Amino acid sequence: MSVLAQVANGLADVAQDVVELAQEATDATGLTADEAKANAAASGAGMAYGLAAIGPGIGIGYLVGQAVQAMARQPESAGQVQTTMFLGIAFTEALALIGFVVFILLKFV
Amino acid sequence: MGSPMTTRLEGPAPAMSVALDLVKRGLYLAPVALIASAVFWGGAGAASTAYGLAIVLVNFFLAAWLLQVTGRISFALMGAAAMFGFLLRLGLIFLAVLLVKDQAWVELIPLGLTIIITHLALLFWELKYVSASLAFPGLKPPPVEASASTPSA
Repeated sequence: MSVLAQVANGLADVAQDVVELAQEATDATGLTADEAKANAAASGAGMAYGLAAIGPGIGIGYLVGQAVQAMARQPESAGQVQTTMFLGIAFTEALALIGFVVFILLKFV
Repeated sequence: MGSPMTTRLEGPAPAMSVALDLVKRGLYLAPVALIASAVFWGGAGAASTAYGLAIVLVNFFLAAWLLQVTGRISFALMGAAAMFGFLLRLGLIFLAVLLVKDQAWVELIPLGLTIIITHLALLFWELKYVSASLAFPGLKPPPVEASASTPSA
């Protein structure tokens, strides 16, 4: 079995577990199916936004750290480094914005 | 090697010039985005697109302003402002959307699409003009007309 098939099977198992847990929670708390679905959507949206912000956070931290080091080493090239850094920050931030848009679409639409 | 705590940016801030350029290009792009949005989602879509475009442009400007102000104090502070500014601006965007999400003139799908598409489109558009030409204006390629009029042999 290929690695991709194993990963797909693993994800399917996890999804099945989540469905069973949601069903158990629904039974235990007395929520309706719509309320349980809304709760799951809210949890998923929050996780999507939070997970989507982690990568860009690490990326911006690394990028800015290296840029500050470069500017401190060669202050005469600070302008060029800052331009590149600004564009890098903006590109990295696009990932977080995509996560944010997925969040608002999952949560509010 | 200078210390990041004491070294600071002298002269004009290049991030601000890039951000102002992005804002200018965003204003060029606005009519096209508004018309496209109005075609698909009507008046509410156009209003949402205008709001999303404003969010993107203010986000760029705020990022550059933070870098400009803190860069004149020290590079270390500029690094901190870039990282915490990321969180601050994400929070502000979240707040800006949260405040209007239930308004009648807001369509969330065109608003979200505008935020993503205009952000990336403006960056790629700007990337075409930044590169060596900003730091080394002498290396900027001549206009097409001038190079076309140059004799080849």
